[in-house]
Amino acid sequence: MIRFIIKRLLLGLFVLAGVSVITFTVARVVPSDPAARWVGPRANAEQIAAARIELGLDKPLPQQYITYMKGLFTGDWGTSIRTHQPVLRELLSFLPSSLELILAGMLIAVVIGIPLGVISAVKKDSWIDQLTRTFSVGGVSIPTFWLGLILQLVFFRQLSLFPLGERVSTNTSLLYPIDNWTGFYLLDSLLQGNFDFFKDAALHLVLPALTMAAYPLGLVIRMIRSSMIDVLGEEHIRVLKAYGIPAWRRVFVYGLKNALGPTATSLGLTFAYALTSTFLIEAVFSWPGLGMYASQAILANDYPVTMAITFLVTVTYILINLLVDVVVAMLDPRIKLYQNA
Amino acid sequence: MNSNSLPAPLPPVIEETSAGRAYKLKEFILFLRVHKLAAIGLSIIVILLIIAVIGPLISPYPDDAYKAVHLENKLLPPSWAHLFGTDELGRDLLTRTIYGTRLSFQIGISVILLSILIGIPYGLISGYFGGWVDNVMMRVCEVFLSFPSMLLSISIVALLGPSLNNMMLSIALSWWPWFARLMRSEAVAIKERGFVEAAKSMGVHPLVIIFRHIWPNSLSVIIVQISMAFGSVILTAASLSFLGLGAQPPTPEWGLIISTGRAYFLTNWWYVTFPGVFILLTVMAFNFLGDGLRDYLDPKTRNS
Repeated sequence: MIRFIIKRLLLGLFVLAGVSVITFTVARVVPSDPAARWVGPRANAEQIAAARIELGLDKPLPQQYITYMKGLFTGDWGTSIRTHQPVLRELLSFLPSSLELILAGMLIAVVIGIPLGVISAVKKDSWIDQLTRTFSVGGVSIPTFWLGLILQLVFFRQLSLFPLGERVSTNTSLLYPIDNWTGFYLLDSLLQGNFDFFKDAALHLVLPALTMAAYPLGLVIRMIRSSMIDVLGEEHIRVLKAYGIPAWRRVFVYGLKNALGPTATSLGLTFAYALTSTFLIEAVFSWPGLGMYASQAILANDYPVTMAITFLVTVTYILINLLVDVVVAMLDPRIKLYQNA
Repeated sequence: MNSNSLPAPLPPVIEETSAGRAYKLKEFILFLRVHKLAAIGLSIIVILLIIAVIGPLISPYPDDAYKAVHLENKLLPPSWAHLFGTDELGRDLLTRTIYGTRLSFQIGISVILLSILIGIPYGLISGYFGGWVDNVMMRVCEVFLSFPSMLLSISIVALLGPSLNNMMLSIALSWWPWFARLMRSEAVAIKERGFVEAAKSMGVHPLVIIFRHIWPNSLSVIIVQISMAFGSVILTAASLSFLGLGAQPPTPEWGLIISTGRAYFLTNWWYVTFPGVFILLTVMAFNFLGDGLRDYLDPKTRNS
């Protein structure tokens, strides 16, 4: 197990090196002058030249790359050209808000997806199975940004059930302010016993979280369905039937346990997908998170931020995949990691 | 980790005779009858493709596709004159959605062609020669596959600058490794078969073996991958355009129409609704077809 983890981490480092080379190269071959943008539109040639030296752009490319890599490991992820703030600090301040959104979406996906997938597998080829499968393909096919807009049309405009966007209404944040402990609004307000804030933040979270849930929901249904069909056909489940174990116990206790592994693996992959979905969902719901910060930076051609985001998402992706593999292996004694590593 | 590490048995090679072709057709019809969702998907794709091809002929107001301005007609709800309503410049949204279909299929085809042009030779060479060549080439591939494809596209297009062409290039750059890896595993499996061994022993040039014997025999798997990829590519293109990173106004691109419509949609529901329905239908259709084809070609699920 330890050997497997070390091997995967080394492979991860290799991937990160590759990713950093790609983003670094693309950022440098692009015909745009970061120094000119750093000092603003009204700077003269001397100021631009000074900025070029300040940003280290006068050094040869390999040296710039080494400086960049050193920074990545020592916590200096560069400075945003747009805001002149350290990129890493800005990223970390926006991270909790996006994580809250992603986790809420994944939770919805798992809670609805598992029962639907199981029913679909048990009633294979019935009308309910066809309907669930269509629903599941719909979930992975629907354009996230459009789903968000349609939910706003229905639940804000027509039914007035949920707010249009943002994390909390201005009134609430002024009347019942909370201290920023973790950056997760729901958690912070609960810990501080501020239920007015909690209620308002929860209402604001519903529509973005539903939008976020669509893709993982489709995936969970599909994975649970196909692994349940495999598992239910196996002999040990048929033996349970012969022993007179009731159907619901066979399906939900013995069957589901064996179907969760592949589902957990695909959920891990989805997490990275969810990180990119935040670009779209946060734009639709004016949600102040990582995705919104990233798209603003991208449109402003703020390359240190673009590179940092790519790097952060890649690190998250590698770590989550590793974590999922280890957890699944710990839950299922039949899997031996070191053989396949 | 993969429990099914056994290579999938290859489909029988059917001779290119008239009888062989008739057999293939018959089997395809049988496939569509069993996989109803795939049949529905294929029908939707065919309809959309026809709309895309004859778009300029059936659009009620072809001039509205790009730059026309009719402020007297702005933001009209759906009616017989404008089935999908009109936008803030009075352009007919049905026309723009039809031109969007055309554009989306063009984007899909260009991106897939480009990814195939890079990915297929890459995978064939890597798989056929094996050894350290294969090792190096596949590690490079893995770097590309190790992070979400849409993020890669976003970063590349962000750094290159937003435009329709840069967007297509960036999507292709994130898709080719999928084709490369698939092609490689096919090449590895096929090169062990008798007719390749025979060709080798007769001294046929490796490039001839690759393109004459290995490539045609892996077509079916590539077609499944194309069908799965097509929907994804269209969805990514619409998403990037929505973020302002792809097509630029006044291009009638679905994602861009919805992005512009955001300023008006709360009081004019039709603006974003119809282009979105078209994206959803297109992507779903390709996923239905891809799923069906994959089930059909995968012997593990074939009889279940």
